Amino acid sequence: MKNYFKITYLIILILAGTSQVNTAEKVDLLKTDWSFKGLFGKFDRGSLQRGYQVYTEVCSSCHSMKYVSYRNLFEPGGPEFSEDQAKAIAASFEVTDGPNNDGEMFVRPAKLSDKFVMPFENVKAAQVANGGAYPPDMSVLAKARSGGVDYIYSVLLGYEDPPSGVTLDDGVYYNKYMYGNNIKMSEPLSDGLVEYSDGTVASKEQMAKDVTTFLMWTAEPHLESRHRMGFKAILYLIILTILVYFSMKRIWSRIESEV
Amino acid sequence: MSDHEYVPKSKFGKWFNDRLPLLSLASHLTDYPTPKNLNYWWTFGGILTFCLITQIVTGLTLAMHYIAHADLAFESVEHIMRDVNYGWLIRYIHANGASMFFLAVYIHIFRSLFYGSYKSPREIIWIIGIIIYLLMMAAAFMGYVLPWGQMSFWGATVITNLFSAIPLIGEGIVNWLWGGYSVDNPTLTRFFTLHYLIPFLILGLVVLHIWALHIPGNNNPIGIDVKKPSKDTVPFHPYIVIKDAFALLMFTIVFAFFVFYSPNVLGHADNYIEANPMVTPAHIVPEWYLLPFYAILRSVPDKLMGVVAMLSAILILAALPWLDTSKIRSAVFRPLYKQFYWILLIDVLVLGYVGAMPAEGLYLLIARVATAYYFIHFLIILPVLGFKEKTIPLPFSITEPVLGGAPMASALKKKENLN
Repeated sequence: MKNYFKITYLIILILAGTSQVNTAEKVDLLKTDWSFKGLFGKFDRGSLQRGYQVYTEVCSSCHSMKYVSYRNLFEPGGPEFSEDQAKAIAASFEVTDGPNNDGEMFVRPAKLSDKFVMPFENVKAAQVANGGAYPPDMSVLAKARSGGVDYIYSVLLGYEDPPSGVTLDDGVYYNKYMYGNNIKMSEPLSDGLVEYSDGTVASKEQMAKDVTTFLMWTAEPHLESRHRMGFKAILYLIILTILVYFSMKRIWSRIESEV
Repeated sequence: MSDHEYVPKSKFGKWFNDRLPLLSLASHLTDYPTPKNLNYWWTFGGILTFCLITQIVTGLTLAMHYIAHADLAFESVEHIMRDVNYGWLIRYIHANGASMFFLAVYIHIFRSLFYGSYKSPREIIWIIGIIIYLLMMAAAFMGYVLPWGQMSFWGATVITNLFSAIPLIGEGIVNWLWGGYSVDNPTLTRFFTLHYLIPFLILGLVVLHIWALHIPGNNNPIGIDVKKPSKDTVPFHPYIVIKDAFALLMFTIVFAFFVFYSPNVLGHADNYIEANPMVTPAHIVPEWYLLPFYAILRSVPDKLMGVVAMLSAILILAALPWLDTSKIRSAVFRPLYKQFYWILLIDVLVLGYVGAMPAEGLYLLIARVATAYYFIHFLIILPVLGFKEKTIPLPFSITEPVLGGAPMASALKKKENLN
C-alpha cells in the first residue's frame, strides 16, 4: 500500500513536471477568476451572451469562427440563447448557397445549421485586408495558445506604448503579453465600445473577460458536461477502488503474506 | 506449460478441449503460479494491457469519424469534438491514453531494470518488450500526426527528415516515405494506415510477451528462482487478479483526472492550429514521452551520428541481458548497482527535460553530458559492475529468507523498505 502511494506520487511528480515544461517560457499573465475552472466549473451564461455580443460587434469583422454553428448558441452548456433568438441571430447573416435547380448560386439568410459566416472569402482576402497578417480563426483559439484564456485575456489588455528605443513599423502595435511583443492587430477594445443590454458596464476588462469566456466555450463546447461527468466518474472509481481494496484484503488474508 | 494436466468435467468440455484446448488455456491462466511477494510495481503489466485495449477501442471509434485527408483532417477532429456524441470523451481518452500508456510502460521498463527481470531465462520476454516499445513509439508518433495541427505537420517533417541522414539513399527514402516532395496528403494517409495497423501488431506481440513470460514464470522483488507451485507462489486467480484490479483502478483515477479536468495539459497548444507548411512553429517539440530520445538526437552535432545515437539508445536495451554481467537479478542485493540505477533514472529525466528546451547554451551541454552518461551506464558501468560488485547473499526462498548471519538481516530490512 505504502508502495502504491509512492508510485502515485511519482506519477503526479512526472506529469506535473511535464506540464510545467510545456508551459514554460512566458511572462506572468494577467489573472482573473474564471467561472469555468475547477472541479465544478461552469460557464457564466451572462458572460457568454455578452461575450458573443463582443465577438459579433468587434472581433468578427476580421476573425472567422468556422467550426461553430448558429445552432450551438441555444444548445445546453453554451450561451443558451432561446431557439428563437438563435434563429434571429442566424437570419441576420447571409450565406451563399446553391446551386439551385437552375444551376445558379443564390444568397439566403443563414439557418441554425449553418456555420458562423466568415468575414472574408478566403485566407488571402483576409491577409490583404489586414496588412498581410491573417487574423486567426477563433473557434479553438483558447486552446491554441499556451497560457490559454489567461493569455488571450492578457493580450487584449496588454496594449502599451512601446518602451523607449523600440521602434515599430507601420501597422504594428506594442503588446506586453504577445509573443515577441509585436502585434498587427490594433487595440480592439476600449471602454464603452459595446452597449450591453443587461446593464453590465462595458469596461475594457469586462469585455475582455466576457469575450475570452466566450472563446473558451467555442473551443470547448462540452466543457460543462465534461466536468459533470468527470466528477461522477471519479467518484464512482474511488468508491469502486475502496471496495476492491477491501476485497483484496479479504482474499489475501487467506495466506499470511501482506499485500 | 502447465504442471498438471487439466481435464474438463463435462463431456462436451472434454470433446471440445481435445480439439481446441481453450479450457486448458483458461485453466493455465487462472492457476498460473505467481510469486506471492510481487509488489505494486508488478501491476503495470496488467495496466498496460488495459491501456492497449483502451487505445484500440477508442481508436476504432475515432476512425469511424475521422477523415484522413490533408484538407479535412483538422476539421474532422473538430467535428468529433463538437458534434459526435461523446466524441470529445473518446478523443480525450485516446489522446491522454497515449500518455498514460507511455507512463505505464516507462514504469514497467524501470521495474525490470531494478529487479533484473531481463536476465536469464527471461531475455526473450525482454526483447519482445523492447520491440513493443519501439512499435508504441512509431504508433504514437504517427497518431500525433493525424489531427494535422502545426505540431503534427512539423513533427512529421522533422522526424521523417532524419532518414535523409542516411548516406546516398537518404533523400530517396525520405521522398518515398512522404509519397512526394514534402509532408502532404499521401504522408497523412499512409500514416493513418500504419497507425491503424501497428496496435494490432503490438497486440500480437503482447500475446508472445505473455507466453514467453509463462515459461519461466514471473521474476520477483528478491529475484531468486521460485519453485512452482510451492509455498512461495499463489495462483494467479484470485490473488493477482484482485491486486491488479485494485492497482488498475488507482491508475484509472489518475487517467480520469486528466481526461476530465486537464485533457490538453499533456499536449502542445500549437496542435490546435491547423497545419500550415508556410509557418514554422517557434519550437518544434515531440510529445513528452519521446523527449529523452529527442535530446540525445540533438546533442550530437552531426545529423547522421545523431540519428545513430538516438537509435542506439533504444537498441542498446535489447543487448542489456548480456551487457549486465551480474548473475544477481534484484538490485535489492546489489548495493552498487542500486545507486547507479537511480543515477540512470535521474539521467533519463534530465534528458527529458532538456529535450523540451531549446538546444543551445547550457541546455545543450547538459544534454551532451547526460547522453554520454546514458551510454556509459550501459556500455561500461554495467559490464564492469558484474565483476567488481560485492553483492549481498541471497535468501533460499521467499518464505524462508533467513539464512542467519548479519548481511542477510540488513538485506531483509532493505527488502522490506522497498515493499
